[in-house]
Amino acid sequence: MKKFMKKAFCLSLVGVMAVGALTACGTKNSGSTGEGNTNGSADSGKFLIGGLGPLTGEAASYGISVKQGAEIAVEEINKAGGVKVGDETLQLELKFADDEASGEVAMSAYNSLMDSGIQALLGTVTSGAGLAIADKTNEDGILQITPSGSAADLTQYSNAFRLCFTDPLQGETMAEYAVKTLGYKKIAVIYNNADEYSTGVKEAFTAKVKELGGEVVAEEAFVTNAVDFTTQLTTIKGTDAEIIFVPAYYQDAAYITTQAAELGITLPFIGSDGWDGVLANIVDPAALEGAVFLSPFLATDENPAVQSFVTTYNEKYKATPDQFAADGYDTVYVIKAALEKAGSTKSEDLIKAMTEIEVKGLTGDVTFTEDGEPNKGAKFVEIKNGEYIAKTN
Amino acid sequence: MASIIEQLINGLRSGSIYALIALGYTMVYGIAKMINFAHGDIIMVGAYTLYVAIYGLKMPAIAAVFFTIVVCSVLGVLIEKVAYKPLRKAPALAVLITAIGMSFFLQSVALLIFNANPITFKSIITVPAISIGGITISGITLVTLSVTLICMVALTFFINKTKAGSAMRAVSEDKAAAELMGINVNKTISMTFAIGSALAAVAGIMFVCQFQSIKPTLGALPGIKAFVAAVLGGIGSVPGAMLGGMLLGVIESISKAYISTELADAIVFGVLVLVLLVKPSGLLGKNRVEKV
Repeated sequence: MKKFMKKAFCLSLVGVMAVGALTACGTKNSGSTGEGNTNGSADSGKFLIGGLGPLTGEAASYGISVKQGAEIAVEEINKAGGVKVGDETLQLELKFADDEASGEVAMSAYNSLMDSGIQALLGTVTSGAGLAIADKTNEDGILQITPSGSAADLTQYSNAFRLCFTDPLQGETMAEYAVKTLGYKKIAVIYNNADEYSTGVKEAFTAKVKELGGEVVAEEAFVTNAVDFTTQLTTIKGTDAEIIFVPAYYQDAAYITTQAAELGITLPFIGSDGWDGVLANIVDPAALEGAVFLSPFLATDENPAVQSFVTTYNEKYKATPDQFAADGYDTVYVIKAALEKAGSTKSEDLIKAMTEIEVKGLTGDVTFTEDGEPNKGAKFVEIKNGEYIAKTN
Repeated sequence: MASIIEQLINGLRSGSIYALIALGYTMVYGIAKMINFAHGDIIMVGAYTLYVAIYGLKMPAIAAVFFTIVVCSVLGVLIEKVAYKPLRKAPALAVLITAIGMSFFLQSVALLIFNANPITFKSIITVPAISIGGITISGITLVTLSVTLICMVALTFFINKTKAGSAMRAVSEDKAAAELMGINVNKTISMTFAIGSALAAVAGIMFVCQFQSIKPTLGALPGIKAFVAAVLGGIGSVPGAMLGGMLLGVIESISKAYISTELADAIVFGVLVLVLLVKPSGLLGKNRVEKV
């Protein structure tokens, strides 16, 4: 009898494990918003936009922000009567899937979005996932706009557009800021050499710094999921660097600045747009005091459109929107503008219309080039007293 | 010069965490002749337990630390009873697979309860940094090094000077003979799991106080590195695990600083391969004569 009990117990444990593993997968996918209608064909009076971004994992904050920003835009447009395409008025619908910022997951999520009949793709949020599906979306000929993916190659195909700055452009802008605006000559860099975004920004940055007569005195690498940066920081401490540039995501930036403070490093930090969201991920914001990073959007901007978006976002999600939320919002409006200009829901017409539209967005007024790149200005954000402040210079 | 010393200290700091975890691997292997791959995840459970104790149950820091150690020890014993004991006579491969399953189980449970987003955690250790002649040692480093040292001394004393420690050594030498001598083998194995998990809990506490961020997969990488450290030092050997852990941390830090960050892991594993080629039993491991 005892033996039987033991066996039964073991079996039930195996059962619990299996259920645990399954439900773990289940929660990962529950972030997608399949709001009923999944056939989403054009003649049902609807235009179905597919969204792709990380809703879980390291970069989850970006994906969730983009999704929520896009949802607000969709609601707003539908409330105002929808989008007039030719002589039809369409309601927008967003179906957002989780790609965990991973290429493989993005591919399968993209395929299932296509199966559910999406007509344009808002995504991906991160560069790595976007590069993984670029060939496929081009093959499918669908209009793809990445709200925040900044790797240069993301727009290599004619169907792909981008709303944010490219990695090289970011690197160059930050190099100019460090050398020309702030007047530093000796610069240290800590970057993730296993990440396209980080290496892309870093390469353009170091090249531009040299061109401007500065010197990169330390180039320290780390790999994804690293948590210990003390070795790199100690090396930098041993150089005569005057400033540290960290082109990386917010989680890394939080670790690096905290550990720098512990090691007694008082050099100023500058970062790339991946820093957005860093304040929510750091225990002691004092470690970030005075840090400056590039961002196309700031919630404290006095622009009425921005303020109205911030209010709506706040009411709906009980949070302050970051640049990714604004990128998501703007991307939906770009799709709307392309639909109206094209007067058609066909991807080829939409792609053609992209270079002819001008959108006044929260992240600036934007037009698109033939190469799929946006034309818009850069903004700097400074962290002061634990808050993001628009930097005017 | 100052920089080299600071890099060495960085290495010792991460090395001491590896050593604390490696002790668990090595003790369990010594006694139960199995690799407990769920051991790394005990660190993660420790980190979340500390978080819950402080923010959820509003415990004072000292009480939370003890609570965490107790929870992890009980969990360690429970894992042994549920997942490993029924398989004690099973082939080694079955035990290995159960261990890996247990590891995924713990991670999935953490994922269900706390979801994948990292939680920030304010360090409970507030020791100021000290500076000696241009070398800055952060407070957390000092605490980590001293706590590790205390744990190691206490463990060595326990194993060599107490009755329960003698029982552990006897069981690791020959399970059947120990049983004949009146040693309760089951109890001894449970105790080993409890002590190993308690050390993992300490490692987990040190880990979150350093990095101030908790996520379900945080135990995976230090767990695997500590396993390497245990093998490097000679799996089954307690002093070997301590040496292996410290050595691994220092090699890692020095290669990151003076050779290449990208190659650091390759160098660490390269050293392991080299040691195993020259001395298959690990640095301090005993060459066992296999009885036929």
